[in-house]
Amino acid sequence: MVSTMDMHLPATSAEQAVAPPLMQARGVNVYYGQKQALRDVSLDIRRGEVLALIGPSGCGKSTFLRCLNRMNDIVEGARVEGDIRLEGQDIYAPEMDVVLLRARVGMVAQKPNPFPKSIYDNVAYGPRIHGLTSSRAELDALVERSLRDAALWDEVKDRLREPGTSLSGGQQQRLCIARAIAVSPDVLLMDEPCSAIDPIATERIEMLIEQLRQRYAIVIVTHNMQQAARISQRTAFFHLGELVELGPTHEIFTAARSEKARDYISGRFG
Amino acid sequence: MTDAAALTPPAARPAGVPLSPHLSPRIAARRRGRHRAEMRFRLYGLAALSLCALALIVLLASLVWSGLSAFWQTHLRLEVEISTRHVDPTRPQAGDYGGMLRAALEARFPEVTSRADRRRLHALLSSGAEEDLRRMVTADPSLIGTRQRLWLLAGTDVDMAVKTGLSRVAQQIKEGAGVRLSERQLEWLERLSREGDLALRWNSRFFTAGDSRDPERVGVLGGLVGSLLTLLVCLALALPVGVAAAVYLEEFAPRNRFTALIEVNIANLAAVPSIVFGLLGLAVFLNAFGMPRSAPLVGGAVLALLSLPIIIIAARAALRAVPPSVREAALSLGASRMQVVTHHVLPLAMPGILTGTILALANALGETAPLLMIGMVAFIVDIPRDILSPATVLPVQIYMWASGAERGFVEKTAAGIMVLLAFMLSMNAAAILMRRRVERRW
Repeated sequence: MVSTMDMHLPATSAEQAVAPPLMQARGVNVYYGQKQALRDVSLDIRRGEVLALIGPSGCGKSTFLRCLNRMNDIVEGARVEGDIRLEGQDIYAPEMDVVLLRARVGMVAQKPNPFPKSIYDNVAYGPRIHGLTSSRAELDALVERSLRDAALWDEVKDRLREPGTSLSGGQQQRLCIARAIAVSPDVLLMDEPCSAIDPIATERIEMLIEQLRQRYAIVIVTHNMQQAARISQRTAFFHLGELVELGPTHEIFTAARSEKARDYISGRFG
Repeated sequence: MTDAAALTPPAARPAGVPLSPHLSPRIAARRRGRHRAEMRFRLYGLAALSLCALALIVLLASLVWSGLSAFWQTHLRLEVEISTRHVDPTRPQAGDYGGMLRAALEARFPEVTSRADRRRLHALLSSGAEEDLRRMVTADPSLIGTRQRLWLLAGTDVDMAVKTGLSRVAQQIKEGAGVRLSERQLEWLERLSREGDLALRWNSRFFTAGDSRDPERVGVLGGLVGSLLTLLVCLALALPVGVAAAVYLEEFAPRNRFTALIEVNIANLAAVPSIVFGLLGLAVFLNAFGMPRSAPLVGGAVLALLSLPIIIIAARAALRAVPPSVREAALSLGASRMQVVTHHVLPLAMPGILTGTILALANALGETAPLLMIGMVAFIVDIPRDILSPATVLPVQIYMWASGAERGFVEKTAAGIMVLLAFMLSMNAAAILMRRRVERRW
């Protein structure tokens, strides 16, 4: 394992070679019924790194994201082939416990989806079901820490008993992030977390992602090219279910090898 | 910079720019037609609503018109001598209270001597009066040996005559119409009435007694308690089973041919005539299992079969209405599927499930046919004590009164329906309050 100090720096390929990837996907194919949604995708996910998944709508980015915590399981007729490992363990193996997988691979949805419960209960829900804390005081502390990490504490500390759904869209999304990190995952999956909120809230969340990167591996799906360029260290470009190009973000954005990626990034299609 | 300048007159249309087609007479006429059509459409809806309201008002008015009088019952005031001649002070229960009342009547009308007239005189009082007196003296034996002026329950013929109006009844007797009172009896009543000893008094018996052969002695309590016990059994059986089935079908079952078959059959079951469930109850619960006849336990079980499909369908709709984002959020935090259901989906679906359950129970409350099949139509005087004692339910009770031969049953039938409606309304109100508490208002 590398120390946290190293992870502050944008990872170069030399450094990445040192750290064993947290998650590895090899030859992933996904089918929804007869339709193939992903073709032979192979990707590594590393600690201390934000991996951006970009590409036009329907290209399979979200599908791939949902493979990583097996949320495709609940989709009727979805079938996943290939090998996805979390710290070397096959997450699609029969002996894999999805509850454990989803506790270690957290997710933030595109549309803020707080539970219709209080702000406190939203954040405390994960720790409660997993039994992460042993006393009320400990749980209070964990809720506060998670809300602070999600940069929401100052706005809600006096109204923890109010419903989470009473917050604004941007606050709700940060509440969902707080809820996800309260479970102490290793990987955080974000499916277009800023698509439903305004630019100021987006900026806050981007700053938050930059901070969270120190502790988690983050995979983010985004339609916003500038956002991908700002916050990610590596970028994967998907097109028609295939992973067309993968590399350090600055390379993809300045000198993509494939014409498709160059066209998409420059806004010529998509 | 904003467009805050003063309003300017409209600019002339430059040559060559055609007039907006929406301003042409043809399209304007069409638009007026559309507005008229909308007005008619709203009127149809309003008319339909008024028709429903009118039907409801007519129904309620006719019920109140014919049933309100049942809440008052005719009583005679007599001076009764509770003498030791008729009752032994050590055993007040075994006294001859009928003889006591007959003596009181004869003392009031000493001129009546012939055997036939005395019998007519005795017929003025209901056998309920004897029972009331017995209960009074048994509760307070110190009354023995005293004289009491008491209001005593009159028989149904007297009651009907008083409610019709004594003068009108006299007219009817003269015209030879079929009146069950003789001229002599009417004279006695008129005399009692003149002396203020004949009055309509609040009929508390109607709310405290069970069934009876005599219309003046009947009460709804037996049917009310029977209905309550039956519904409790029905709720206790149907709600958990219905919710469990709905949760399994909606949240866990795979979508395949087998579950599709089950779904179709649940929908079919909801449409099966209720008497079929009664036959099933007769064959299975009574004949095969040997459960007691006329018991709320069996009635509740039959009604539960009847309510189950309705509850399952309503619960599934309520579960389906819970947004999938809630399930995804909980799953992605590592909740197990059972936790997703018990922590999130069920609480959110509960108001809808309860609404469906209320509807199903209100339906079950009004059911008569299946309960006839399992013997709940028996003549039962006692108030049921538990779910195994013989009982009848309100709608069956009303049905039996409606087929009663005595004229006095007509008003009791309407009054019984009023009680049934009040019971249903209070049940619904309670359920709505309960739902409010369950509902999360955010």
